[in-house]
Order: sequence, then C-alpha cells, then structure tokens
Amino acid sequence: MKKIVQIENAEMSFTTKQGSYTALTGINLTIREGEFVTLIGHSGCGKSTLLNLISGLTLPTAGILLCDGREIAGPGPERAVVFQNHSLLPWLTCFDNVYLGVERVFGRKEGAAKLKKRTEETLALVGLTHAEAKFPNEISGGMKQRVGIARALAMEPKILLMDEPFGALDALTRANLQDELLRIVAGTGATTVMVTHDVDEAVLLSDRVVMLENGPAASIGEILEVGLARPRDRLALAHDPRYAECRAAILEFLYHKQLQHAA
Amino acid sequence: MHAVRIDEFAPSTEPVPAPAPPAAPRKMTIAAPAAATTSPATPRGRTLASPLQPLVPVALGIVLFIALWHAATLYASGLPGPLATWQEALKIFAHPFYQNGPNDQGIGWNILSSLRRVAIGFGLAAAVGIPAGFMIGRFEFLAGMMNPLIGLLRPVSPLAWLPIGLLVFKRADPAATWTIFICSIWPMILNTAQGVKRIPQDYMNVARVLDLSEWKIFTKILFPAVLPYMLTGIRLSIGTAWLVIVAAEMLTGGVGIGFWIWDEWNNLKVEHIIIAIFVIGIVGLILEQALIVIARRCTHDNA
Repeated sequence: MKKIVQIENAEMSFTTKQGSYTALTGINLTIREGEFVTLIGHSGCGKSTLLNLISGLTLPTAGILLCDGREIAGPGPERAVVFQNHSLLPWLTCFDNVYLGVERVFGRKEGAAKLKKRTEETLALVGLTHAEAKFPNEISGGMKQRVGIARALAMEPKILLMDEPFGALDALTRANLQDELLRIVAGTGATTVMVTHDVDEAVLLSDRVVMLENGPAASIGEILEVGLARPRDRLALAHDPRYAECRAAILEFLYHKQLQHAA
Repeated sequence: MHAVRIDEFAPSTEPVPAPAPPAAPRKMTIAAPAAATTSPATPRGRTLASPLQPLVPVALGIVLFIALWHAATLYASGLPGPLATWQEALKIFAHPFYQNGPNDQGIGWNILSSLRRVAIGFGLAAAVGIPAGFMIGRFEFLAGMMNPLIGLLRPVSPLAWLPIGLLVFKRADPAATWTIFICSIWPMILNTAQGVKRIPQDYMNVARVLDLSEWKIFTKILFPAVLPYMLTGIRLSIGTAWLVIVAAEMLTGGVGIGFWIWDEWNNLKVEHIIIAIFVIGIVGLILEQALIVIARRCTHDNA
C-alpha cells in the first residue's frame, strides 16, 4: 500500500528557561494509505508533539518528515487537524466554519453552488444538517467536535490528524462519537492519526497502536497490530479474545514497563 | 498597557452625588419591611412592587440630589434652584432650533455642532488609530517603535494641543477638531493592539492548518476577534472626546455647547449653565450606552 507519511529519525527539542529539553528522539514511523493509527502514552510523553510534527505546526529539530513523498515544511490543508478544544471560530455558524476550509481548498476550481453542496454533504455525514445555521456556543460539546471533524474532512485531506478529539467529552458522548468516527472512516477510507490516552478507544478504532515511551527524549516503545476485523462493533468486541489481548498488551506497556521506568 | 474590559467601565446610571449611594439602599431596607408588614398576606402587592423595585433607588437618588441642590441654593446666593432651572429649561426646549444670527442660536444647534465636531475628529482618529492598532499589535517591531512615543504623548492634556492646532490650521474650528482627534486616538490604538495580541493561538493554528490568505485571516479571524476590544477603545475615545469638546469650544468660540456655556456665563444666565451641564451629561450617557449595546452584540462566547 502507498505510504502517506514517512517519519525518519525525527527529533524534537524545545528551548526552555532551564536550557534545551528533548521531547522526542529517534522517531521512525511509516503510515500507509487508509490506515488508522493511534498514538498512546502517558501524559507529557510527547504524543501531541509528534502529531504537531506531522501537521507541520512545529518543525523537527532533526530528522525528516515526508507527506506523500514531499518534505513537511509547514501546515497545510492536505493534513487536516481536529483540535482537542475544537477551535471553531465563535463568530461563524457551523456551516461557515466548515465552508472556510472548503472554500480554501476547492474555491479556485469550483463554483459557489458546488462548494455549498460539499459543505452540506460533510455536515450531513457527521449528522449535523439540522444545526448548520447555529453558532458554536449554541450547540453541545459533542456537536462542536463533530463540526471540527466535518471541517477537517470537508477539505478531503490526505491524512486526518486528531489530537485527543474526544478528551473533553463525557463517556457516553465519547462512545457515540467513536462509533460515528468508525462509520465515517469506513465510508471515506480516510487515513487517520489520532492521539489518545484511552486504551479502549485505541483498540476499538485503530489498525495499529503506536505506544510512546515516557519522556524526556521519548521514542516509540512498541507498535501493536490490532488485527480485528471491520466493521467493528463495540458490544461484540467486549467478548472478543483478540480485543482483550490487545487491551492487555497496551496496559502492560503503559502500566508495567513505562511506570517502572518513571518510578 | 491599557487593557480594559467592557464591563469595567459601565457607568453609574443615576446622576447622583457621592453621598447618595450609602443613603439610598439604607432607606430602601427600611421601606421594604414596612411594606411587608402592612400587607403581609397579599402576594399581589409583592408582584406589583417587584417590577418597580429597581427604580426605587434611582428615584431616591434623584430626590436626594434635588434636595442637596436646593439646600445649596439657600447658602450660595445667585445659584438658581431646581424649580427655576426647570422653568427655564421648558422655555429653552420650547424652541431648540431658533436662529438669530451666528452668535444667538437655539440649544439644539449648539448640541448638533458640538456633536459634528466630535464626529469629524473622532472619525479621523478611528480611521488612523484602528489600522495603526492592528499594525502595532501584529508586528513586534512597530510596537517597539511606537510604544515609547504613545507612552509619552498619551498623558498630555488634549487642550495642550489646541495652540498647535490654532497655529497650524489658522482657524478655530479645525483646531477644535484636531484636539478631539488627538485625544481620541490613543484608546483606539492601544485597545486594538491589545486585542490583536490576545487572539487565542488556537485560532491562528486554524488559520495555519487551513492555510488561509492574509485577507481571509484578517476578515474571518483577526477582525472578529479584535472587534470587542476595538469597541471598548471606541467607547473610551468617544467619552474623552465628549469631555474635551466642551473645554475646547470654550476656548475657541463659535457655535457649540461649550461656547454656549461660556456665553451664558457672560450673560450671567446661570440657569442655562446648569441646563447645559445636564444636557452634556445626558448626551454623554446616550453615546456611552449606545456603544455598550453595540459591543454586547459583537461579543462572542468562546465556550
């Protein structure tokens, strides 16, 4: 399968008041087309930093990142980001928030009617047709995150980057949106990288789970091939032995190997 | 820096002197139980009283003010009392727009020409100050260049600029406008710049990921995000401009509420001066409240 993202020996250090701090080092990872990859690790291990490197919001201090064979030199709409705090613009309606990205990506080639249709279709995909004229402060947290996902998907990115997208939501809304995301990803075949700290979320959604060591100078500890058949069903998986195995492997990594290091 | 939240500067709505606020609530707490004891079991009495409740302190404040004013007239000879002023006001406002030559015009004309000066001076200040604020907020270099100058010039009394205006423009009217311009430009520059600096990084990250053009960033992110700060600056500017115009007109003459006060002082019509004070206060209050309403409409919850 085609390689969408290649990370070779990436390193990221920050200059702080106490001097240089290396967050990530020796990161090597290849993400293939249509794959769903989650990044998991203890808080502060640098998983968001790694996502920011792929998005281009920060640039690595060493090593190289390629997207579709070209070096990542900055952010761009072909690597759409769903932010943890949704980051919708409060003065634009849900429709206009999504339209902003659509217009940027397709505005040169397509007329206004086509752009409007794209926006409407994406909002329908996340089940928000009824709320398209509402402003972000008039809808719930889960709905805001759906708009965030719609804004990213509508740009038809090569890769969808999600930074703990459901982190701020309650458990039920969260489960609901995970199911929604499974359905959307199955429908669109979007390549996705998602940061999470939730083991069940990682196993349920991913093809591969990338486990990061504890910082400083974290690198990739283990990569788990989930290998569960799709479409996946949350209830059926609860009794699936492979699901339990994956879960146990991640927990083992996080709470046995990494906590011992940290202690 | 001059970071001003919109709510901090909400004006007190009652034109009451300093001793009024402690006195008014005390009277009200006495009045409230008294009303309760006279009709303890009638809920209808309470529902009738509740919509008027907020007006009670306002009314008491006004009563107290008039009483103090009246008391003052007993000791200061020549100071007209509330009743005499009221009767004079009725006469003045019966014909607000008469015109007997350039130096004798109705109060309506005087207010309008003051407002016109403020509008021109303030409009020019907005046209210069708001873009300047955006630039200073966006570019660190410009901020470093301009901030010391602004810090130096801002505390100067606007009237100190009047002679410079007279010298440069050779006429009184543009000199007054110039004074308004110079006093109303600073809050707009500083608040706009502050607003630009305080734009959440998240919004700028959205702009970067979407790779928006500079124009789109300005219209869809910068401008809406800065608008509430800008409106605070505008409100402060208009307030200052309205303060300054009276003093400027006293010095420059012509037609205008400030000049009118000076003219009536020369005629020893003290009632008219008191009326002018009320008129200036009311116009200032209306300008301020109008801008608060606009600001409230333009403020967005980030939740």
